[in-house]
Amino acid sequence: MSDGIRTSRRTLIGAVAAGAAASLLRPLWALERTAPITRPIPSSGEPLPVIGLGTWITFNVGDDAELRDECAAVMGAFFRAGGRVIDSSPMYGSSQPVIGYGLDRLGHPAGLFSADKVWTSSGPAGPDQIEESRSHWGVRRFDLLQVHNLLAWEHHLPTLFAMKAEGRVRYVGITTSEGRRHDEVERIMARQPLDFVQVTYNVLDREVEDRILPLARDRGVAVLVNRPFRQGSLIREMARHPLPSWAAEIGAANWAQVLLKFIVSHNAVTCAIPATSQVAHVVENMGAATGSLPDAALRRRMVSDLERL
Amino acid sequence: MPEWWTYSPADFLLFSPRTYYRLIERHNDAVWPAQLVTLGLGVLIVGLLRERAWWRGRVVSGIVAVLWAWVAWAFVRGRYATINWAAAYLMWLFAVEVALLVWAGVIRGDLSFRWRADATGVFGGGLFLLCLAGYPMFALLGGRGWAQVEVFGIAPDPTVMATLGLLLLVEGGPRWGLQVAPVLWCLVAGATLLAMGSPEAWIVLSATLLSVVAAIAKGRRSP
Repeated sequence: MSDGIRTSRRTLIGAVAAGAAASLLRPLWALERTAPITRPIPSSGEPLPVIGLGTWITFNVGDDAELRDECAAVMGAFFRAGGRVIDSSPMYGSSQPVIGYGLDRLGHPAGLFSADKVWTSSGPAGPDQIEESRSHWGVRRFDLLQVHNLLAWEHHLPTLFAMKAEGRVRYVGITTSEGRRHDEVERIMARQPLDFVQVTYNVLDREVEDRILPLARDRGVAVLVNRPFRQGSLIREMARHPLPSWAAEIGAANWAQVLLKFIVSHNAVTCAIPATSQVAHVVENMGAATGSLPDAALRRRMVSDLERL
Repeated sequence: MPEWWTYSPADFLLFSPRTYYRLIERHNDAVWPAQLVTLGLGVLIVGLLRERAWWRGRVVSGIVAVLWAWVAWAFVRGRYATINWAAAYLMWLFAVEVALLVWAGVIRGDLSFRWRADATGVFGGGLFLLCLAGYPMFALLGGRGWAQVEVFGIAPDPTVMATLGLLLLVEGGPRWGLQVAPVLWCLVAGATLLAMGSPEAWIVLSATLLSVVAAIAKGRRSP
């Protein structure tokens, strides 16, 4: 778990006061919040909520103070709803410092599961980039480090495994997106002791169901799912149609929850990481981690119905 | 990269349209009233195009070089780089163009700009005037308001496209060396705007394509 490293006297006093208030309010808070559905990380058994928070595009707001505050508000709503996994990358522009800003504003919530990536074609440059990323987040160490889009994975994986052995990161993984280089992903999954793999999966992009998700289940590899809404286009497309009648059966109140519940109902999936810059949307997304999930029969019907839309 | 054909412009978009146009707005706010100065310099260029003095080309080249340097420093490096790590590489385009304008236009005096009534001249002059007076209106038509207008000499796209127009007004054949950096910037900017769903993408891309076609036509007519 990540530990905040920036603690000022003011934040310490604030944290003590907030802790006292929280202890008084806890029974009410517990009643208001439904604990999200979790899945264990196969390599450790540690449970993770099935919905996380991506930061691609949405958190790259530079030094815009107003937009930074909006991102911090999104993170606040995410943690209040029981979310833990936040995923970023050095490729995502200013997303990492914006996450760090949000974590500072929120007093570094203890539940954070920090997932980041190494993204450089140079193997020797990897450790410096990881250290810079860690500094941006303001965490003691990352929970998960992934090789972004398999870039120079032969060089970076040994570095990440060595860091894991030294206790400087807890889990190691690789990522790809939009169905690229799946053959290579499979080969790496089969030969390397990975904890995580990150892939694209949604109701219309189901290529990973054929080989990667079964392999992840067999090898005990946790699966993070990126682009669950195809960068928002799936939601925009679906929003033109009324919610199907079966949405109520799984407690889905909107299209975001329908699409996310489809993803996380696959038993090999550990966590989907939709990105958003709006509090209302993160609350909707986290709603997909509550209630029931579709069974196999309903999943087939979802595919059939949604492919026709 | 072997799977390069699976990528689209949207895969390279790092920021949202809202973030980008707020960046323009914050920049406009930070540099005000520099917009009046750069627009004034644009009007001065229009006046100089009618001037026959020997120093006309040197002054126009110098003004354009200063505007490119200012846009690169203040906007591309100071603002755009905060949301686009590729801005560090795009800065080289600006550096090369500034160097070429200073060398060819200011030091050697090889660039002589003049209004012409032929098709290439009308297109080049029209493109310059569009970037000076018309381009800011597209933000208004798109509902973004005055605060987010992109002004010649302040924002890169109208500045770079205006340069493409001006280069068509240079006496003699096409100046391909000076066109490379503006064309490359416009292709990148056009793809970015396309990925953002901004209608200005089609203006940037079609102006770029037409300016290249016009330069080729100009080359065929030149001795």
